[in-house]
Amino acid sequence: MQGRWKDSIHLIRPAAVFLAGLLLFLVVRAYIVPPTFGQYGHYRGAVLDEVRARPVKYAGQETCAGCHVEETEVKGKGKHATVACEACHGPAARHADDPGSMRPMKPEGTALCAGCHEMDTAKPKWFRQVNTKEHMPGMKCTECHAAHSPALH
Amino acid sequence: MDATRRQILKGAGLLLILGARANPDAAPEAAGAAAEGAYNPHEHLWGMTIDIEKCIGCGNCVRACAQENDVPEEYFRTWIERYEIEGGDLEHPKVSSPDGGKHGFPPSSETTTKQFFVPKLCNHCQESPCVQVCPVGATFDSPDGVVLVDESYCLGCRYCVQACPYGCRYIHPKKMTVDKCTLCYHRITKGLTTACCEACPTQARVLADLKNPADPVHVFLRENKVQVLKPHMATRSKVYYRALDGAVR
Repeated sequence: MQGRWKDSIHLIRPAAVFLAGLLLFLVVRAYIVPPTFGQYGHYRGAVLDEVRARPVKYAGQETCAGCHVEETEVKGKGKHATVACEACHGPAARHADDPGSMRPMKPEGTALCAGCHEMDTAKPKWFRQVNTKEHMPGMKCTECHAAHSPALH
Repeated sequence: MDATRRQILKGAGLLLILGARANPDAAPEAAGAAAEGAYNPHEHLWGMTIDIEKCIGCGNCVRACAQENDVPEEYFRTWIERYEIEGGDLEHPKVSSPDGGKHGFPPSSETTTKQFFVPKLCNHCQESPCVQVCPVGATFDSPDGVVLVDESYCLGCRYCVQACPYGCRYIHPKKMTVDKCTLCYHRITKGLTTACCEACPTQARVLADLKNPADPVHVFLRENKVQVLKPHMATRSKVYYRALDGAVR
């Protein structure tokens, strides 16, 4: 036995060094590579939860409709049925979480209306447009049209 | 010599055991995610449909995106382009996008050209060039088909910015890491729609879950002629445009 191994020390020594190196690599790797790396693919799986944890600012139409029943009903019957509350009133998640803490913006009518309805060649033909310089100049849109259901009242 | 080697091996073995113990958070983290239970990324495949014939170029989507995601001024995760085409000259459309269309467009009464708006955003490709070039695994396709960025891994090398054929990425001026549309991942995984779709007054853009058989996207894709941007790039984009003109790049 002793005879067979006596000349192999020059092999065992580099083998031991290699093994030690391998172990060191595994140890360092275990410390450096985050635990969720590779959970779904070549990236840190925990990122999905990190991105999900970002704050929501637009509460969403359903949330608005949950409390503001009357406005939702009026809007739902009119031409603005597809327009979400927050499209005009701005992000309102803070208001939804705690109504007292913040009031959604009450937009200034005429400028907001023109933002969508100003006449423009590039807008699709089916979309109702007016030239605000010619269409009742000097009057506010809301004098004739209710914002939530804009047919003439 | 023998003793030394044994000591080294023993030490290394001990370190390995300690190393294994250094990651005890791995198991509880996974358990926590499972316990939450509500959202399983493998059950969804997110995309979007955009109907050019419904877009009025109001800029609501651009503003909503900026507010929801704190997009820095003069950078855009979504933007609107106005195309102007003279006759059949599809190769030379006039394209404008003042401030990304954030505050709408100066109205035009020009009637001799064809004009329309094209909203753009990350196409959340299934064969994303940006993901393929990332050297550090900072950008990736999530299991539910959203291209996301791990800010803590991003080196800011800009390979992906150059690789994206749609120009959807930028380096965040403060973080100095890459930033892009997340398809409002923090919203869609909670049952909400994206901020841009929420704010779109004409429903020109609609979030789509391609794995949900009840999602109206399937009817949309079946009943309309749809196209993706730059199909020749073979990116397998999941943003489907209806009534997309051949001049759009």
